[in-house]
Amino acid sequence: MIVIIDYGMGNLRSVQKAFEKFYSNVIVSSSAKDILNSDKLILPGVGAFKVAMDELKKRGLIKPIKDSIAKGKPFLGICLGLQLLFSESEEGKKIKGLDIIKGRVKRFKEKPGLKIPHMGWNNIKSANSPDNNILNGVASGSYMYFVHSYYVEPKDKDAILCQTDYGGNFTSGIHKDNVYGFQFHPEKSQSIGLKIVENFVKLC
Amino acid sequence: MLTKRIIPCLDVKDGRVVKGVKFLNLKDAGDPVEVAQFYDNEAADEIVFLDITASFEKRNIMLDVVKRTAETVFMPLTVGGGIRNLEDIRQLLKAGADKVSINTAAVKDIELVKKASEKFGSQCIVVAIDAKRSGKGKWEVYIHGGRTPTGIDAVRWGKKVEKIGAGEILLTSMDKDGTKDGYDIELTRKFSENLNIPIIASGGAGNLEHIYEAFTKGKADAALAASIFHYKEYSIREVKEYLKKRKVSVRI
Repeated sequence: MIVIIDYGMGNLRSVQKAFEKFYSNVIVSSSAKDILNSDKLILPGVGAFKVAMDELKKRGLIKPIKDSIAKGKPFLGICLGLQLLFSESEEGKKIKGLDIIKGRVKRFKEKPGLKIPHMGWNNIKSANSPDNNILNGVASGSYMYFVHSYYVEPKDKDAILCQTDYGGNFTSGIHKDNVYGFQFHPEKSQSIGLKIVENFVKLC
Repeated sequence: MLTKRIIPCLDVKDGRVVKGVKFLNLKDAGDPVEVAQFYDNEAADEIVFLDITASFEKRNIMLDVVKRTAETVFMPLTVGGGIRNLEDIRQLLKAGADKVSINTAAVKDIELVKKASEKFGSQCIVVAIDAKRSGKGKWEVYIHGGRTPTGIDAVRWGKKVEKIGAGEILLTSMDKDGTKDGYDIELTRKFSENLNIPIIASGGAGNLEHIYEAFTKGKADAALAASIFHYKEYSIREVKEYLKKRKVSVRI
């Protein structure tokens, strides 16, 4: 069972539909029990970091998420779901995240000609790990759909899976053990995005 | 590098595409879902549904259209037209829209833009501005589908909604809309230079050069067009290949 974690942030329907293309048992849930019983977890979401952390806390989901990751369950964070994996965000005051990946979430610096949010199709450049099967069939340079004003900065550079240039390179994908995260939306990136969805489903 | 976006826009009334989309290979060219699938295959960068349903009772049909679209089309979808409050927005996003575009309701109550962006995130709140030239280098905001002048200066309005939480502007030139003789480049450029959120140019696209100019002279982030795509005068691919040849960064 793949569980898409529902904490009241963002449009989960398209995420669910994308995964259902490759797997029959996909549910959207905010129950700790479902999260613990899942085989794979997806943390999606758009919106504000602080609101999201508050919602996860309120629903008692932080511990089941952390326990599941510690057990080695494949985990995928998308957009805000990627950012939440980090230690802290500079959105508002410093706000603590799930602290599964060491590092920070930062806002794009305002520069002339650099619109914020970063919105639209931009390409990803694979940084390392040719052995990484989540990007199987996804060539370096592929275009993905982004919409965000903050980006992640992992302390451990080995966790960087791919980067994207927007007024300089930022981390657009991470991988550490069983945890994956993307700043862009695979579920909105047409066939090439769905390739990532398929790859995640196939991870054992 | 971030690419410039090409966005086809569909007018939808009572759940049906209007403005006669003339595709040769569609079973039902009046079905917004089929048309969206067609544009998905053509690698459009996003798609916009503009709901022009007049009667209040029939508005739920749009939610069903959005639901069915989101089930089969995995690309960004914006829905606009007749959105009045947070509940309308919530329902559209829940049905599968990625962004909503607010026009008249934003002018009537700017707090809606603020509350909506706080609740759902700026990234999904597009403010649509219908602007009509009112003097040299000046444009006025119109509402109610372009029927009612507001006396509000368009650029000032754009800056105001940016500050309060809009994530993007869908900027339509009323002078140019339907003329097919090009976007209002001066208007587009004015917005692009004065605002720091993405600007979608709309109104007036008639040929490839027009779209090129919207990006180069107008500095737009995205170009929206309806009839040139629906009547198959140009395919999305043709537009992109033309732009690429002229060194505009696009996704092909």
